[in-house]
Amino acid sequence: MLLGENIAMAVSSILANKMRAILTMLGIIIGIGAVIAIRTVGNSVTTSFNDSMSSMGATNIMVGVTQRETEKVKSDSGLEFMGRRDRKAVQEKDYIKDNMIEEFRKEFSKEIDNILLSDSLGSGRITVGRNSAAVSVTGGDEGFYKGQNIELLAGREIGDKAQKGGKAVALLSDYAAKKIYNTEEYKSIIGNQVQVVSGRSFYDFTIVGVYKLSETGALFGGNEDRETTLYTTLGCVKNHNHVDGFPSITVSKVPDTSVDSKVLRSRIQVFFDRYYHTNRLFEVTTSSMESMLEQMNKMLGTISTGISVIAGIALLVGGIGVMNIMLVSISERTREIGTRKALGATNSSIRLQFIIEAMVLCSIGGVIGVILGVSGGAIAAKLMDAQAHASISSIIESVAFSMVIGLFFGYYPANKAAKMNPIDALTYE
Amino acid sequence: MDGKLIIDMNNIIKRYFIGKPNELEVLHGVNLKVYEGEFVAIVGPSGSGKSTLMNMIGALDLPTAGQYRLDGFDMFNAREDDLSAIRNKKIGFVFQTYNLIARMTALRNVELPMLYAGMGKKERNVRAKELMKMVEMEERMYHNPDELSGGQKQRVAIARAMANDPAIILADEPTGALDSNTGRLIMDIFHRLNKEQGKTIVLITHSPELAEETQRIMTLHDGLIVSERKGTGKVAAG
Repeated sequence: MLLGENIAMAVSSILANKMRAILTMLGIIIGIGAVIAIRTVGNSVTTSFNDSMSSMGATNIMVGVTQRETEKVKSDSGLEFMGRRDRKAVQEKDYIKDNMIEEFRKEFSKEIDNILLSDSLGSGRITVGRNSAAVSVTGGDEGFYKGQNIELLAGREIGDKAQKGGKAVALLSDYAAKKIYNTEEYKSIIGNQVQVVSGRSFYDFTIVGVYKLSETGALFGGNEDRETTLYTTLGCVKNHNHVDGFPSITVSKVPDTSVDSKVLRSRIQVFFDRYYHTNRLFEVTTSSMESMLEQMNKMLGTISTGISVIAGIALLVGGIGVMNIMLVSISERTREIGTRKALGATNSSIRLQFIIEAMVLCSIGGVIGVILGVSGGAIAAKLMDAQAHASISSIIESVAFSMVIGLFFGYYPANKAAKMNPIDALTYE
Repeated sequence: MDGKLIIDMNNIIKRYFIGKPNELEVLHGVNLKVYEGEFVAIVGPSGSGKSTLMNMIGALDLPTAGQYRLDGFDMFNAREDDLSAIRNKKIGFVFQTYNLIARMTALRNVELPMLYAGMGKKERNVRAKELMKMVEMEERMYHNPDELSGGQKQRVAIARAMANDPAIILADEPTGALDSNTGRLIMDIFHRLNKEQGKTIVLITHSPELAEETQRIMTLHDGLIVSERKGTGKVAAG
């Protein structure tokens, strides 16, 4: 018998019992929907992260002072969850010092194209009249601004002269500018004096430029009162902090592909170990955007494995539901089966008819699940400010998988129908 | 009687529950011969083995012993798929309870045996419409069975039985669920099929009047054919 005929027959018998079909499909819908939703979110976040990674510089390597692993384990008596409890703050004495950076610059002159030095004054608010905006103050050196893709909308960059003098000049984000001054005429605010209030400290700055906030850079931010960066000179921050050295620095690799970033990272590690091997509590570790992406993918992988397991259980339950409803349907239609056999249906054509019915039932559930999953995932991605990207391969996989469920759980009832004795089936009341 | 033998049954025995304490022999050695173009009746009280014999004739069941050839095909050693093919091509069933498939139009019901025979869509459709015309149901062929009266349903069932141009029409109490006027209409269709198309028809009934309309009446009693005589040809009143 033709496949098309079987599918048409299956659709008509499913339509005859719509409510029952929908309830039966629920497990499949939930299972497939959950998998598709998480895949869509994962895909969207990864894509956004990739975009923002390239805008931040994919070749950058972060070098930072962190607590030693061995020390953490020792101090936490075996149980280490977030490592918060006994975490010791990095002290000024453990910072990466200027002399180390000078040595580093010399030793890696071939592989390193730039070193980005920056320090922070922490978070605060700028208030002008009734308007205010949250900012975090970051001071960077010449290298920092060279490596940072800051797109100016008005004003000028922070120049070398300002850097040398450690002047309190600042670049404000367009977002904060709009909030504070209620204007999009950014030129008009150049030269304005602003005061950042951070805890009990007050810092004054002169605005020299307004930069465009990169959309993709703000991954998990909501829309209300977003904190944006206020860029100033490194010297200015150091003047306020009175700290020598940096808890972390960013190194920009030469774009040359012959310098492998993994190899470079381990060489940087070896270089800094010379200074830190005597430090009992702290060491220097390196990370790159690549490794962060790897970690993020790993995390997403773990989450999707977890959800997949739950979805798998939903699909299993859904499949059993399909089997149950097919058994009910077959006993209701015993006379029909008997009649079909009397009209010359072979056992295999009866079996095929009911397997296809189960597969069609599951595929419809799968398609509904895909639609719900994609829209749910897109909404979630939107809430995370990420561009929604559905994964085509997982959509195809899901529909195919739901058909396999139909095949698997439909086989037993279909076989039962096929093996019915035609006489008993015809006289069934 | 001469002509081609369509049903050739020799010493057919049917036992149920073989080897168990409640073993039961329903047919004790039935001999039955039906020739091409005949319209015969098998009558008998309930419990005489009529249904069992009908299942045997209709290739729904195989005899425990004895020889049965249907339109030249030896049923001995027939496999399940052979029986399906025989039911599909050589036999047209007409049941007392119509047994039309719900959720399918009358026309699709008529197409079903052709579908199982592997006939193409267009061909099937053309033939089914012809058959519907033959039973005067062309105006209601797109209706589902639950929108048809008993007589209409039975007419559709007859059209369906004729779908693959079978060697015999096997009608099991075809008028049993109908009033006498409608029953008359159905019997007239059988007569017409027999006379105009030379279709071999086996009518199983417990009604003596209907049996008299046929050419030959065989009476089954306690699992044996006890008498065989010519029908009077007298048509029962409508």
